[in-house]
Amino acid sequence: MIEIKNLHKFFGKAHILKGVHLQVKKRDVTVIVGPSGSGKSTLLRCINRLEEIQEGEIWIDGENISSTSTNVYKVRAEVGMVFQQFNLFPHMNALQNVTLGPILTNKKPKKEAEHSAMELLRKVGLSGKEQAYPSQLSGGQQQRVAIARALAMQPKVMLFDEATSALDPELVGEVLNVMKQLAQDGMTMIVVTHEMGFAKEVANRVAFMDEGIVVEEGPPNEIFDHPKTQRAASFFSKIL
Amino acid sequence: MEKLLHNIIEFLPSLLKGTQFTIQITFFAIIISTLFGFIFSLCLISKKRYLNKPVRIFINIIRGTPLLVQMFYVYFVLPDLGIKLGAMQAGILALSICYGAYHAEIFRSGIISITIGQWDAAKSIGLRYHQIMSRIILPQAARIILPPMGTSYIILLKDSSLASVITVRELTRAGQLIASTTFENLTVFTMVAVIYIILTQLLNLFIHAMEKKYRLK
Ligand SMILES: Nc1ncnc2c1ncn2[C@@H]1O[C@H](COP(=O)(O)OP(=O)(O)OP(=O)(O)O)[C@@H](O)[C@H]1O
Ligand SMILES: [Mg+2]
Repeated sequence: MIEIKNLHKFFGKAHILKGVHLQVKKRDVTVIVGPSGSGKSTLLRCINRLEEIQEGEIWIDGENISSTSTNVYKVRAEVGMVFQQFNLFPHMNALQNVTLGPILTNKKPKKEAEHSAMELLRKVGLSGKEQAYPSQLSGGQQQRVAIARALAMQPKVMLFDEATSALDPELVGEVLNVMKQLAQDGMTMIVVTHEMGFAKEVANRVAFMDEGIVVEEGPPNEIFDHPKTQRAASFFSKIL
Repeated sequence: MEKLLHNIIEFLPSLLKGTQFTIQITFFAIIISTLFGFIFSLCLISKKRYLNKPVRIFINIIRGTPLLVQMFYVYFVLPDLGIKLGAMQAGILALSICYGAYHAEIFRSGIISITIGQWDAAKSIGLRYHQIMSRIILPQAARIILPPMGTSYIILLKDSSLASVITVRELTRAGQLIASTTFENLTVFTMVAVIYIILTQLLNLFIHAMEKKYRLK
């Protein structure tokens, strides 16, 4: 469903992604792991075209989304993204955060958008918090609103960039549970995380990135327990 | 005492006429300079060199020259280039350009104070540039923009008195004319000062109402 071929990304002269290959099937949950600076965030940002790429192709559902003729707004609307810092809109309450995209981008009537948003907030365990502003919510609650905001666009795939890294330890679980539920519902997901428990339990694929390429990719137990490359082996020996 | 009262009543009509011009100039110059400032600031924050470079140079020229000179320029030089403006219009235009340059910096600092994460999140739900600006960035930046903007509006109001040099009969000029024929300098200029204070206080009220509207929830 998603196919990334020979993806190259430069920031000025800095060569950050150096030929990434990755395939993600429908309903796959792919966890991306790798050392800091290996290009995990940059890869996700290329997939929803927050960053332009310099070489290679990204295909989603048979469409080359990286081609210049593809409507960038449509791509972004079809690819949900959840950020490490939540990035909720602080001047809007939870409901407004979730309905903004459907109303403005998908041109949904307000009533309909609010109805679905309430449903989504209920799904992430935030019934009753519709009117709360981000500053009145805990980190875990904010991140769940952010997940609902992304889901409201009815995306084909959800990208999570260290969605729990900014949270206090006791709040990590509630967000991971929502992500797990989402995976069980059959959402296609690409998840950058340091939560190896989540990777082992929920992911059906793990990709190990280092220095701008995907070094290894496969089922979690294979990658974690029998890494083929020295780089992956030494990385996992440090974090597992 | 009786004479003072008599003077006040005699001078008031023409001072109020001047006040009317002052309000007109200020009103239009505030609107146009804010518009200019916003457009200039969008150019300044743009990554495109053909947008940010010329505007940066233009702003430096405007900030490097006295408003008085700009008034003369608009009123006396532009006609030589085929652009003929009435005194009022010239005053409004000169003030709008001058303050547009300052307002550009105020807008710019407000806009860049909003974290890049807000842009990312807004883009990721498919919003367009103008939607991100109007729905996400400006409502948040308003908190930072409004206080210096309010100060700037007040200085603009007072600087509208400079339009007197290009023959606009605004409040200061009206006072000057009365004083030069009656020699009642104390009474006239005190009245002028009091009217300016009333105007600036009214403007202040408006600015505070705006600031309240955009206070953090
Ligand atoms: N906007 C940018 N401009 C220039 N360089 C950038 C930019 N964004 C990222 N980089 C560089 O690209 C490299 C990869 O960054 P990226 O954020 O993708 O790494 P990461 O794998 O997500 O790391 P982390 O685990 O720390 O989040 C880093 O060296 C970073 O400095
Ligand atoms: Mg990262």
